[in-house]
Amino acid sequence: MAIATAPGRTFDEHVVVEVRRGRALWTVIKRKPLGMASAALILLLVLTAIFADVLAPYDPLAAQPEIRLAAPSWAHPFGTDDIGRDVFSRVIYGSRISLWVGLLAVGIGTLAGTIIGLVCGYWEGRLDMILQRVMDALMTLPGLILALAIVSVLKPSTTNAMLAIAVVIIPGNSRIVRGAVLSAKQNRFVEAAQAIGCRDLRIIATHILPNVTAPILIIASIWLGNAILIEASLSYLGVGTQPPTPSWGLMLSSTGRAFMEQAPWLAIFPGLAISLAVFGFNLFGDTLRDAWDPKLRNRA
Amino acid sequence: MYKYVARRLLLSIPVLFLSSLIIFGLMRVMPGDALTALMGESGNVGPKELEKLRKDLGLDQPYYKQYLIWAWQMVSLNPGYSIFTNEPIEVALKKSIPVTLELAALAMILGLCIAIPVGVLSAIRQDRASDYTGRILAISGLSMPDFWLGTLVITFAAIWFRWMPPLGYASLWEHPWTNLQQFLLPAAVLGFRLSAATMRMTRSTLLEVLREDYVRTAWAKGLGERIIIYKHALKNALIPVITLVGGQFGTLLAGTVIVETIFALPGMGRLTVEAILFRDYPIVQTNVMLVAITLVTLNLLVDLTYAWLDPRIRYQ
Repeated sequence: MAIATAPGRTFDEHVVVEVRRGRALWTVIKRKPLGMASAALILLLVLTAIFADVLAPYDPLAAQPEIRLAAPSWAHPFGTDDIGRDVFSRVIYGSRISLWVGLLAVGIGTLAGTIIGLVCGYWEGRLDMILQRVMDALMTLPGLILALAIVSVLKPSTTNAMLAIAVVIIPGNSRIVRGAVLSAKQNRFVEAAQAIGCRDLRIIATHILPNVTAPILIIASIWLGNAILIEASLSYLGVGTQPPTPSWGLMLSSTGRAFMEQAPWLAIFPGLAISLAVFGFNLFGDTLRDAWDPKLRNRA
Repeated sequence: MYKYVARRLLLSIPVLFLSSLIIFGLMRVMPGDALTALMGESGNVGPKELEKLRKDLGLDQPYYKQYLIWAWQMVSLNPGYSIFTNEPIEVALKKSIPVTLELAALAMILGLCIAIPVGVLSAIRQDRASDYTGRILAISGLSMPDFWLGTLVITFAAIWFRWMPPLGYASLWEHPWTNLQQFLLPAAVLGFRLSAATMRMTRSTLLEVLREDYVRTAWAKGLGERIIIYKHALKNALIPVITLVGGQFGTLLAGTVIVETIFALPGMGRLTVEAILFRDYPIVQTNVMLVAITLVTLNLLVDLTYAWLDPRIRYQ
């Protein structure tokens, strides 16, 4: 009987925890102006990416050589590039690449890191030792160099850059999840679940995972900004998104650098877009941490 | 403590072994090899000559043999020759390591000079205008890509002051003034980005320490604000900051690649990236392993610094 009622009660507890987390986040966003600013920036980025077709005044790939390197004007608010493409439209379309790469890379990296962290933290033992040494080894390799090497193996493209960033995210993430699982395992309710004969996978899914979601989400939100920066860096080095697809990093490396004195707007606007997007996610990560980490709530 | 150091050093052996396997494996599964890249530049070469070159360079041997040869070269401190330039790697490293070390050290100094005072100010004036300004500055620093900042700094220095950093690398010991002109801007760009994370960490740990009982006691004793903050609170707040800074220095050794490219500095980051693009295996493997060894050593040194900062910490 007790076993039959347990899942229902656990489910209700999850709902309560989710509602509390949502409320805590909303309270912090309302109270802290920087939290509100971050939410607004992310919303702006998401809406820009979704409605790029509607918002962009020109085709981002259409070249008009007769107006090449035109300075910002009403017709072209961010000017035009070396073959006459509208920089404003390219920046708008570039948001799709950044958001897509950021979300998927962080999604894959977080999922893999969480699985490894859960396995290591829950079962410990020899598997934990081996996996953690592999994670340590990956962490000794510089992130950008590791990503560059992976992309070189897979062939330069947006998708492969995304996969490379995901690999860079995994070790740190697994370490944090492992620590959180080791701590969550000490709770009495985990012992109780083991005592009544719950299976390990069920304990992980219903008792451990809900208790480690806050650090996972906080780290993921902070990584979103970093993922956008790494994608831009890879594109800047020529191994990320390939031309003519509009990507902020690529715009900076291809035309921004070559014409920086003649047409500084080619470097200013894509860089500003990267900075604002990363700024929004970093700030949002801080806000999440303030809302969900009670130890930090009063000091941020 | 000696036991602790010995145990940590022993534990680092499997980690470094795995790092070497990962980078060796990645380099070998990359499409194309150094010879393809090399011959692409020098024109058509027959398959027989290619085969001979591959044999001379040891690239025809099985992977495990290539790995063992490289591992032995690393252990005997003789990393071999660059496939692409045929220059001894030792010589390439002697040229590039001082550049990256100088850039990293200058960036760290500039970064700390910004981060610690701003972090302290932000903590002691929590939730006031100066705190918000400091925090926005810090998050902006974290958000701006270094290649963008670098590009803007060069552009605006050229447009506004009609000044460009001198081209070509000048040694610090032979041409100190030219060297300083070359390194100041890239170090400032890197330092600004580094200062962001350090400033945030200084602020949050100092806020935590300022709420400790012993700080309250110091206030109650009537000590001055300066003594309480700098002598009592800041020293204890610096432990996580040192962890962060130690890690940052290690990351800088390979993370300066883009800034080195923009400012045309022949450092280790640039050498590594060029070597990856040209499939120059020995250079990539040696550089990455050097960075990995440095990171592991720095982590150990950082951990040992804790005991100096907080005498309650003992190593077993």
